[in-house]
Amino acid sequence: MDRLKDIAEKVRSKNAGPFWLTIDIFCGSQAAYSQVTERLQNSAVAQLYGADSQLIKRFDIADLHVVKISLPRPEIQGSINDRDMHGASWAALLAEMQI
Amino acid sequence: MVRVLIPSGALGLNYDPVALQRGIAARPDIIAIDGGSTDSGPSYLGRGVSKYARSSTKIEWAGLMEARAKAGCPLVIGTAGTCGTDSAVAWMLDITREIASEQGRPLKIAVLHSSQHPATIAQAYAEGRISPLSHAPDIDADIIKSCTNIVALAGAEQITAALNTGADIIIAGRTTDTAIIAALPLQKGCHAGGAWHGAKIGECGALCATNPQSGVVMIDFDAKGFTVTPMADNAKATPHTVSAHMLYENSDPFILLEPGGHLDVTAARYQAIDDKSVRVEGSEWIASDRYTVKLEGARGAGYQTVLMALLRDAHYVENAEIWAKDIIAKCTAKAIARLDTTTNDFNIEIRIIGKTASFGALETNTTLPPEAGAIGIVTAKTDALSQEIGKLLNPYLLHHPLTLEEEVPTFAFLFSPAEMPRGQTYAFVLNHVLELDDPMDAFTLEVLDIG
Repeated sequence: MDRLKDIAEKVRSKNAGPFWLTIDIFCGSQAAYSQVTERLQNSAVAQLYGADSQLIKRFDIADLHVVKISLPRPEIQGSINDRDMHGASWAALLAEMQI
Repeated sequence: MVRVLIPSGALGLNYDPVALQRGIAARPDIIAIDGGSTDSGPSYLGRGVSKYARSSTKIEWAGLMEARAKAGCPLVIGTAGTCGTDSAVAWMLDITREIASEQGRPLKIAVLHSSQHPATIAQAYAEGRISPLSHAPDIDADIIKSCTNIVALAGAEQITAALNTGADIIIAGRTTDTAIIAALPLQKGCHAGGAWHGAKIGECGALCATNPQSGVVMIDFDAKGFTVTPMADNAKATPHTVSAHMLYENSDPFILLEPGGHLDVTAARYQAIDDKSVRVEGSEWIASDRYTVKLEGARGAGYQTVLMALLRDAHYVENAEIWAKDIIAKCTAKAIARLDTTTNDFNIEIRIIGKTASFGALETNTTLPPEAGAIGIVTAKTDALSQEIGKLLNPYLLHHPLTLEEEVPTFAFLFSPAEMPRGQTYAFVLNHVLELDDPMDAFTLEVLDIG
């Protein structure tokens, strides 16, 4: 088992407005892109973020060697339970996930 | 062709002055810069204030006003003062007046107001003219009326109306990030898909290129598409940097919703035309049947007091979550017993920095750090209650033992007093669109001569 960060070049996350979080996985090569698209399961991502897998939007973008995943924010931005105003930390959880 | 110069992703983030001068020398038709975002959270909209320092805003805006005079073209700022409320627009206008008088130049200013009356929005809701976007929170008339500020996001139509006044400078309240860039190309008949796509690529300044810190980009719009060129010496746009920018802060990298329709870049082609510029064609604009504008609203969400303690004893670092849970239970019980209050009126939370502060129960890394921070967060209905419970929490964070058998510990406090009142907090409550018969229905335009 490898962590996603051992395969992909960079994983970043950011708010896409106050209600959505978007995570971009820059694979960096065709080989890494193939591995990531094959091994990364939406259900595992949903579980990692405590999200409903039905609500996960995923885009496998071959031209860029990017896998993009968008999901409703774990907490609405700035609500009292929110822990990350800009949503940039959330990437670490996925980067460290075993795939 | 319409040439749009974008000095940076936001006023307050600074721009490379040499690159700006190069852009001015290339004779732009308009200079467009964004002044805001929801990205820093609901407090700015809730209070109707800017997140950036007035001093930074003034220095950077003065530079752009000078550049505008030299270029002899309009200068537009969208979402003035971070949140684009009327109060933020007034703040930006005040700064503009000050600079105009210092620069000794008379100016015609168009001001676009985007603030909405909560009662009017509640009425529109009752009439069925407000619909939710994806994953919108539930709302009702009372929630809408309790907002301290609601803004509607203007699109290209409202910016075009402002441009049509012949103003030198347009200070716009809340707009979409792209509208201030797309408006002039659309008005001049450039390719609509290209206008919106180019606007999305340029809205963060040089973030679509290498050396993103340099800020300044030029976008040339025409009948078939657009060409993007960063202005700094050491910045390059490549098909990869440009197409990858569609990913940024966008939940769907191919679709962008705007007032009056949406952009679809699925068929866009990106081509390097030299070692600095990228040509894009093939993006599509799909007009919608209804004209809608997005709404943003914030309302009060309680008053907060925070406290911080540091745990350096390994036993406490390891058991910090158990320790915190016990403190929350005991302090909550004490607050109820001593303050004649209930948990409907307050909430106590402790986050352990160094262990689980980022992700809470979702954290997967269990490595123990040498020390941990405990941040106590009290949220209550009134400021007085929040501060009072903050004081009840203080001795627990200082001395609470994991078990009764052990010696009473003392943890490190960073400050005296330990309680830090944060005042009123706010929450975003709207992720909805408002249907309009005419794009100007929710907006007003004011024209002023100053200086």
